[in-house]
Amino acid sequence: MFAKVKDSMSHIKLSVGPILYYWPAEYVREFYHRVAGSPADIVYLGETVCPKRRELDLPDYLQLAHQLREAGKEVVLSTMTLLESPADLRMLRRYCDNGEFTIEANDIGAVGLLREQGLPFTVGAAINCYNAQTLHQLVQFGMTRWLVPVELSREWLQQLLSQPEVADIRSAFAVELFAFGHLPLAWSARCFTARSENRAKDECDLCCIKYPDGRPVYSQERDKLFTLNGIQTQSGQRYNLIDDLPSMAGLIDAVRLSPQAQETPNWIYEFHAARSSNTYRSREPDDSNGYWHRLAGIKTLSV
Amino acid sequence: MELLCPAGSRPAVKAALKAGADAIYVGLRGDTNARHFAGLNFDAEGLAEVAALVHRQGRRLHVAINTFAHPCDYAVWQRAVDDAVKAGTDVLILADMAVLAYAAERYPSVERHLSVQASATNAAAVEFYQKTYGVTRVILPRVLSLKQVSALAHTVSAELEVFAFGSLCIMAEGRCYLSSYMTGESPNNSGACSPAPFVRWQEQEGVLEARLNGYLIDRFEPQENAGYPTLCKGRFEVDGEPFHALEEPTSLNTLSLLPALQRDGIKAVKIEGRQRSPAYVAQITRVWRAAIDQLLDNPEGYNVSGAWNAQLARLSEGAQTTLGAYHRSWR
Repeated sequence: MFAKVKDSMSHIKLSVGPILYYWPAEYVREFYHRVAGSPADIVYLGETVCPKRRELDLPDYLQLAHQLREAGKEVVLSTMTLLESPADLRMLRRYCDNGEFTIEANDIGAVGLLREQGLPFTVGAAINCYNAQTLHQLVQFGMTRWLVPVELSREWLQQLLSQPEVADIRSAFAVELFAFGHLPLAWSARCFTARSENRAKDECDLCCIKYPDGRPVYSQERDKLFTLNGIQTQSGQRYNLIDDLPSMAGLIDAVRLSPQAQETPNWIYEFHAARSSNTYRSREPDDSNGYWHRLAGIKTLSV
Repeated sequence: MELLCPAGSRPAVKAALKAGADAIYVGLRGDTNARHFAGLNFDAEGLAEVAALVHRQGRRLHVAINTFAHPCDYAVWQRAVDDAVKAGTDVLILADMAVLAYAAERYPSVERHLSVQASATNAAAVEFYQKTYGVTRVILPRVLSLKQVSALAHTVSAELEVFAFGSLCIMAEGRCYLSSYMTGESPNNSGACSPAPFVRWQEQEGVLEARLNGYLIDRFEPQENAGYPTLCKGRFEVDGEPFHALEEPTSLNTLSLLPALQRDGIKAVKIEGRQRSPAYVAQITRVWRAAIDQLLDNPEGYNVSGAWNAQLARLSEGAQTTLGAYHRSWR
């Protein structure tokens, strides 16, 4: 039994999610240079939070995509989560029309466009798929990989995947789980980073670039609750499921590491060691893993 | 333009009808709707009574089944749809793709509206739901500006409904997991945000502390108006400075935007608050009825009466109202 878990764990792919923060272009290039040499299997590229962040444009991402593909990575282009204006939709279409790389749809509008084009796609965590009947539809529409909504527990996922509707389609898609980094929890019309600097959203001066890991928000008792990242609100704690990999065997096909400003390439190596059943660095005391264990996301269960 | 009012109980339904609602929206008991609060909502039998009541007055009933079906309990959501249809609802308000597909296939002739919890903010999303499930109306998330609402109204053929008054969600609805991050329960997985069983009030030397699952959301001085600790409306610290880091406790009030919404062909304005008292529902409905009647009567002469605003302000969270995202300056 233990050998089987080990074998199944070694098949878990490592993915690097899109950079959720706003980093200077040279910082981004340096980051992907390191990712290219890492054991990551899948890399997601693109801006998913704010359309005003233009340090890199689609041609820049495509150039990075080619480099990463040459380094042996599977590359997926991630698209915007909160699509509001006609301009946002035009940008989405440009990504969908790239002709080379598959797309991660983070809004149902993207699912609609990709279905019409008959293209395969990844469904991001902010698309509401909570049951087997919804999953079945998404597969029919062309989904080949599913990033599980962040709030779902192992138990929920296991129940969902063991429904009869899933049995005959399970080989048609991969299941990916957000396993490292600050969890994206909400999207708003309001820019909280601009607000924290007393700026209006229209005059934000792209101030997100000053906070490569977002801005932490504490309660008045100094509990770290949230992280402000432009229009996105993230978890205050870093989520880290490195110690939980054995519980994913047979259930999860890929784990996602969401880029943080520091140390993420090192953690790719740690996750690789963990899936290979070698010695690895455990979760840190401040890291949380609650959602996976059907607790509040902020909580931590020792495993 | 339709005035759509909330009701969580039979007295609230009656109050809304009497005050001039064109349509009423309600939920069933249990976690199939996004106001899953104790003592609120209707069982199948109660729903049939309410439907009869509403129809006798020539108004319409909408039933919200707008949470996401749990993996082992899909039948519960199917049954909710069956019960609502059997009770005689005119409209189903749905969010889950699975439930939408079920309703479209099983009851094609019952009107389907896309719940705000489905978070359709753009033309591509609206068209997806229209084409796939035959939804005829889309309720827009409160994150859109008036300009964006207007652009959407001119692009899509589906009817659009907007929130006109009530509690303000600052996050795109249906895509906010802040509540489950802190408590384990969210609108999507449990039908409630910042659920009441997790709330604790503590008084310390005259200062009232509001906690959610143990975490301090806000502290109120004696002279301050203490609001429910909805987690996005707490006072938190960024860089050592405590303030409403996400949102002040205010209510959305769009009375002044009514002519613009009318010009854009917005089909319905919705009042938030199935959890509110019959008295609250009655007062809000009366103000909005008067405003819409005035607008339809004499569009050029429409003028937001000071009395309306004063009345709404008294019923608002923190006694303050805002245009929310409809006005760009809020963003």
